[in-house]
Order: sequence, then structure tokens, then C-alpha cells
Amino acid sequence: MIRTEELLLNVGPQHPSTHGVFRIIVKLDGEVITEATPVIGYLHRGTEKLAENLTYTQVIPYTDRMDYVSAMTNNYVLCHAVETLMDLEIPERAEFLRLIVMELQRIASHLVWWGTYLLDIGAMSPFLYAFREREMIINMFNELCGARLTYFYMRVGGVKWDAPEGWIDKVRDFIPYMRDKLDEYEQLVSGNEIFLARVKGVGKYDAQTAIDYGLSGANLRSTGVKFDLRKNQPYSIYDRFEFDVPVQTEGDCYARYLVRFEEIKQSLRILEQAVEQFPEDGKIMAKVPRVIRPPEGEVYTRIESPRGEIGCHIVSKKKPQPYRLKFRRPSFVNLQILPKLLVGETMTNLVTILGGIDIVLGEVDG
Amino acid sequence: MSDQKHVTEMDPKEAKKEIEENEVVEIVEPSPNQAKLDRLVDLVKSNIAEDAVEEAYINELDRDLPSIVIRSPYWLKTAMMLKESETLKLNYLRNVSGIDYETYFEVVYYLLSMSTDNQQDICIKIKADREDPSIPSVTSVWNTANWNEREIYDLLGIQFPGHPNLKRIMMPEDWEGHPLRKDYEPIDPEV
Repeated sequence: MIRTEELLLNVGPQHPSTHGVFRIIVKLDGEVITEATPVIGYLHRGTEKLAENLTYTQVIPYTDRMDYVSAMTNNYVLCHAVETLMDLEIPERAEFLRLIVMELQRIASHLVWWGTYLLDIGAMSPFLYAFREREMIINMFNELCGARLTYFYMRVGGVKWDAPEGWIDKVRDFIPYMRDKLDEYEQLVSGNEIFLARVKGVGKYDAQTAIDYGLSGANLRSTGVKFDLRKNQPYSIYDRFEFDVPVQTEGDCYARYLVRFEEIKQSLRILEQAVEQFPEDGKIMAKVPRVIRPPEGEVYTRIESPRGEIGCHIVSKKKPQPYRLKFRRPSFVNLQILPKLLVGETMTNLVTILGGIDIVLGEVDG
Repeated sequence: MSDQKHVTEMDPKEAKKEIEENEVVEIVEPSPNQAKLDRLVDLVKSNIAEDAVEEAYINELDRDLPSIVIRSPYWLKTAMMLKESETLKLNYLRNVSGIDYETYFEVVYYLLSMSTDNQQDICIKIKADREDPSIPSVTSVWNTANWNEREIYDLLGIQFPGHPNLKRIMMPEDWEGHPLRKDYEPIDPEV
């Protein structure tokens, strides 16, 4: 009789396919995982504790470093929370600029995911393709605010820099270019048989489980739940634009792939409308007091980041510093389901499933 | 009653003026979510216990969010009821935060219903002692509470009886103290 011994295998924290410093201890029975225990916290910098001694504006750069693949949306959630507390009216042009950079960021973030995910499961070249296109967005951001990753672009009440001459035209030109490239990606990967064999039916869960685990973003929408904060609880000026919320019902890695891929197209659709309606001129900052002291009270705002629902919970005591600042970090919440998905899967599927969740470790660890 | 009498006895002109003045002071528009809050409080009171709700209010700063404070011993039962309730179906726990108010702790749960079309969110708060803080775990109700409660235990030192695996999650296991407490002092001399 063949008997295999149980093997305890440590993956990470320094391992390329964990997308950062994520460690997971797996118990293996031959090739099959019987138990998985994630260990996190290697990147914990205590953002929430640090924030208690910083003014609201000083906290914004810390949000850049949480989800460093999607810093613009993180900037926004904090500003939006403070603005909600202060009941500020944001100038039209600032709101448009914010929306445009957030949607560009969503595309950039999904491109990073697309490239690295395929790299994870063995396809080298898509990574180079995706980063070529992402570079264009990064360059646009660089031109706008002088940084490639950690932008510190938004402020409470608006944005720091106005769009330079011709910047909006660059965004306009980028839309058809990206559409063209997406067709290329689709031909290259989406129907590839080897790819499909790796992702179809892998890491499956149903809508009930997804809701129970508090999943958000593509992880939730891949199970047939049509929930996108941009549509369901609109913030900023999203209610002015036409776009669809892509949904798949399978709940496997392939469904999540399709949802994210379609989301890029929808973001392009939003961008197209936003560029058309972009106000000719106007202010980019609301009238904000020099020292920001939001009224006493608390607020929880949430927006749709590329990874799901990112939330910001502020308790204010009418001081320039927040009394308590808590971020609801989608990567952290989404990662919880991983041990459940891994049991019974083979070791090779670990990377497929982990990549499919789309985590950023800076955000997981806060 | 006595006020009304007083008004009728006065000169009509003066009475009118007084009423107008009173109105100016008393104009407080009820929040559009007040009815929802009342329904929620009734539901908890009738299904759990009369004294389960400590406080209920509308958070006007946060888009008129209905917020209630539940007494900690009733929390687990209330949580189950909120999730199973036919009208509410609060099956999505979107955020859990822990706050140190120096004299007491508070854990805030933001809930949402994914099953009904009316996706109203509500906020539930539970208070805990400063000395020996403990709040029943709701991991058995919403799985997502698992890591969230571990994080709060780790950073604020609140116990969650009933949690399947209440260990530190962010800090190393041998860490002393809970960093997010207001009176936390780092022990590492090099920091």
C-alpha cells in the first residue's frame, strides 16, 4: 500500500509569487494541501497609530504607501472622509481630475494584476505587454504630480496640481490606444487553452460564501453579486456617467479574470465621457481652512478601489489630528478566504488562487 | 396644556408672534432614516430584550447613518437575529473598528444587506470596560469578523470570547502591550 507522509511546507515571506512579504504554511499530503495557515504582518507599519499624531494632510502620503499599486484611490478615500465630515463642496474641475486619475489608476492596477497573474501561472510575455501600457499611465501621473507611484496628489478639498497644457488630450488619445491593446491581450491570452486549463474551475466559491467572508470587488462580482460602490452607493460624480458593472457567475479564477478584464473596458468608457465633459476652467481647490479641524463626530466612507471596498473610519474630536483613523483594507479582508479555498487543492494551484484574489501586501498589513 | 391656555389668554397678535418665535427654535427636521432607526430599535427590543439597546441615534455627519449601541451581553444574540431577520438580512459585515476612548473601549460594526434591494447600511456599537475589555465574538455569524477581531485584539487588547483562534495577527506573538491603546508606551529602547 502506498502511503505518503505529511509534509509541512513554508512558502514565503520572500517568494516572488506571494506579491510581497506574505507567508503561508501549508500541510501537504503528497501534492494536495490539507491545511493552510497564512502569516501576515511583515509589512505592518502602524499607519493607524502614526496617523494619531499627524494632521489629516500629513496622513495622505501614508495612504499612498498602503496600496502602492493604486495610490490614487487610497488618497481619495481619506480626503473624501474628511470632506464628508466637514461637509465641503468640491469644485467641479477638481472632482473631474480626481475621477480621471482614479479610473486611470484602476486600469494601471488591473494591468499590474493581469501581467503578474499570468507571470505567476507561467506566461512570461504578457507581463511585459502590461507594463508597457501601464508605463504610459505612470508617465501621465508623473507629468501631473511629479511622482510615479506615491502621488500625494489629492488634498482635502480638491487636488494639488492642475492638469498641465495638453494633459487631457493625452488621456483622450490613450483611450483608443488601450482599447486596441486590450483586443491584442484578448487574442493573446483569454482563449489560450493552457491558460484556461490553469484557471477554469479553480478556487471556486459561491455568492453566499463571498458575502459571508465580506469579499468585495472582483472577488465578489465573480460570484454573480452585482455590487459596485460606484453604482450602488455613488460617491464623487460617478452617477453622471454611463457604465456597466461586469458580473460573472462561476466564482472561479477564470471568472475573476474576466471581471477584471471587463472592468478595464468599463473604466475606459468612463474616461471617455469624463474627458468629453471636462470643464474648461475652474478652481481645483475648495475653500479650506489652513488648519483642518473637522467637527466632532465620526464617519465611515467607502469607495470602490481596484481591489474592492476600501473604507476610512474617522473619529474626530475637533483637533487637527484624527482621534482614531481606521482603514478598511480590501486586500486584508479578501485574503481571509484563502485557507478555505486551498484545502483540497494541489500545490500548483496555490499560486493561481492567491494571485486570483489580487492582494497588495502593503494594504494587507496596514 | 398650560402653555396653550396661556396663549389663548394673550392678545392674538402677541400670541402669533410667540408661536412664530417658538417655531424658529423648534424646527428640527426628522432625518429621513429616523423611521428605519425606530424599526431597528423595535426589532431588537422585541426579539432580544428591552434593555439590549443602550442608545440609538442618527449620525448626521455620516449621511444620516442609523446607529445603535447594544449592551455587550446581548450582542451575539442580536447579531444572529440581524442576519437571519427576514426584513433586514444584514448578511454583509463591511467593517469592524476598535476605538480606545480612554475611559472605555468601543467596537464599531458596519453592516449592510446584500440580499435586499434596499441597501441601507447601519452602524452598531458595543462598549467594553477599560480594565478587562471583552466583547462576544461574532465570527460564527459573519466569517469576515475573524481576522478583524484578531486585529482589534492584537492592537487594542480587547478579548473576544468565542473566537476560534484569537491570536496576534499584525505584531509578533511575543509582543508586549497593545499599540493602538492611547496609553501605550513602546518598550523597545531602540525605537
